[in-house]
Amino acid sequence: MGDLLTTVVVVVVGVGGLLAVLGGLYWLTKLLPGKWTERGRVVVFLFPALFLMLAGLVVPAFRTIYTSFLDDNGRKFIGFGNYTEIFRTPGTRLTVINSLTWVLLGTSITVLVGLTIARFADGMRSEKAAKSLIFIPGAISLVGAGIIWKFVYASPPSEVGLLNALHKAFGGNGEKNWLIDRNLGPFTPPANAPGFNTFLLIIIFIWASTGFATVLFSAAMKGVPDSLVEAARVDGATRRQAFYKVTLPYIRATIITVATTTTIAGLKAFDIVAATTGGNFGTSTIANEFFRVYFVQARDGFGSALAVLIFILVVPVVVMNRRAQARAEEMMGG
Amino acid sequence: MSAEVGTLVAENATVAGKKPEFVAEPVGRSVSAALTSRVGRVIVFMLVVLWTIPTFGTLVSSFRPEEAVKTTGWWTFFRHPQFTLSNYQRVLSSNPGDDNIGHYFLNSVRITVPATILSVGIALFAAYAFSWMRFKGRDWLFVVVVSLLMVPLQMALVPLLRLFTGGAHIGSITIFPDLGLANSIPAVWIAHICFGLPFCIFILTNFVQSLPKEVIEAARVDGAGHLTVFVRIIIPLSVPAIASLCIFQFMYIWNDYLVGEVFGGAGENVPVVAKLAEVSGTRGQSWHLLTASGMVAMVVPICVFFALQRYFVRGLLAGAVKG
Repeated sequence: MGDLLTTVVVVVVGVGGLLAVLGGLYWLTKLLPGKWTERGRVVVFLFPALFLMLAGLVVPAFRTIYTSFLDDNGRKFIGFGNYTEIFRTPGTRLTVINSLTWVLLGTSITVLVGLTIARFADGMRSEKAAKSLIFIPGAISLVGAGIIWKFVYASPPSEVGLLNALHKAFGGNGEKNWLIDRNLGPFTPPANAPGFNTFLLIIIFIWASTGFATVLFSAAMKGVPDSLVEAARVDGATRRQAFYKVTLPYIRATIITVATTTTIAGLKAFDIVAATTGGNFGTSTIANEFFRVYFVQARDGFGSALAVLIFILVVPVVVMNRRAQARAEEMMGG
Repeated sequence: MSAEVGTLVAENATVAGKKPEFVAEPVGRSVSAALTSRVGRVIVFMLVVLWTIPTFGTLVSSFRPEEAVKTTGWWTFFRHPQFTLSNYQRVLSSNPGDDNIGHYFLNSVRITVPATILSVGIALFAAYAFSWMRFKGRDWLFVVVVSLLMVPLQMALVPLLRLFTGGAHIGSITIFPDLGLANSIPAVWIAHICFGLPFCIFILTNFVQSLPKEVIEAARVDGAGHLTVFVRIIIPLSVPAIASLCIFQFMYIWNDYLVGEVFGGAGENVPVVAKLAEVSGTRGQSWHLLTASGMVAMVVPICVFFALQRYFVRGLLAGAVKG
């Protein structure tokens, strides 16, 4: 309990101290001559934020870019050596392929399921309860999600896994090592393709992201003017047609947003992998590999290159998002 | 809210003299509509069940005795109900040999509360400056801040960590002192604040900008300084946005693993989520402890979500619709 008390004191003193310093500085700007008072006040309001972002984000990011061109001890300049190594090492190349699979499958299925729930739950008597239950996985941590599903996927010697129980119920032996085996039945994916265990991890990601998608889609669908849907129905459209021809185009911007957010989350997938397989058995992703290379193997150059690779993959997604949003707005406007 | 608007629109339509026949449907179509909605209900129901079962199984298991959890599936609970709180006692006790989650749970409180307050507070100051103060390069600077949203925190992680462990030097000149923050809770705060600021500033600026110009300018004309306007007008009017953002940041920071693990130093100062990941790795077969620890770590975000759902959803919408 004493522990907690010190925490409270530290917090109060810290927050209070910061406010006191800012207030004091603000008061001091009065002493500045003429228009410097106003400039001084701008600085007081902006400085904490700008300083923290500069020292904690901008400078470190540039440092990482610089380090990505150095060798693993951070001494010798090796040009694009680290980047070519990412694609030349089979293990690392697989992590890139895995990450792209996370993005493609994870995003498309999340959007699909989210749309389905939002569409059919709309107007249901228990709509709120349904949406809340779908959202719970999104409220807990991805590590927690990983543990919950590790329990579902639990494999021998323990016989507690739900999936193996189903496997048995449907005629299997119920002894499959879901997270370790890359194969599904007789089908084994080639060494440079994602294994079936990677798909099981992507299911966890979908499970965790769908709530967010559903909430946004549902809100967007409620924003579709009833008159539009009614008009389509009057013109003889079925409910299904009205959904595809009116509702979906109308909420296009939201779909793009959800797809973008989920894609970026997929590219950064780390927690789920770390909490379930630790990246073993061919399930690693770029973000997980980044962590392993940097913090376990202490390879500065290579780790930095992986971090920059995540950035390189995020940028076009954001740019595409901007373009698509602009187009969607144009369509709505015209 | 939008349902209300919907009924309003419908009412207006009838008032405006639209023929009510438009709303009535031919018999065949209404039968097919009922059928679709029944199929829809079944689909939703199945998805909800599918989405709930994994968490439910974990919840049930956390209350079963060790022996039962380790040998039989959680669904057997309904045939042979055995109920115990001992798993929770073990993960919350500090006896040696048990995985004491309690300490790390408090770490999470210590990390999350200050980091949330500070990031939102600092961002609110900046949002005011970007919205209502005039200075050269303002728009340009805001664009830079927003584009920082793209930078994955992996890119800043290690250099920032090095700043905490050794300061920054050019040759023998120290440009940033070693603050001795390595592996401490304040290090986790600072990291979360740095990484969260672009998002917080973006959200708050959008809101603060949209506040009524007349009110703020009237106050300025009456001689109120920036600080007075900020404290008396901006903060009270921004409460909904601040609340939504606080909940969002709280959930995000509470559920974070990477930043807590790296800046907390993988030891005594990591948050509960990071400890959970560690337990999952080292005691992967201790399902009785894992399920109970998992539930302890989850209870806070789930409660926050249910208690403050409305604000949270509003925050999500504000954050995502344009983001």
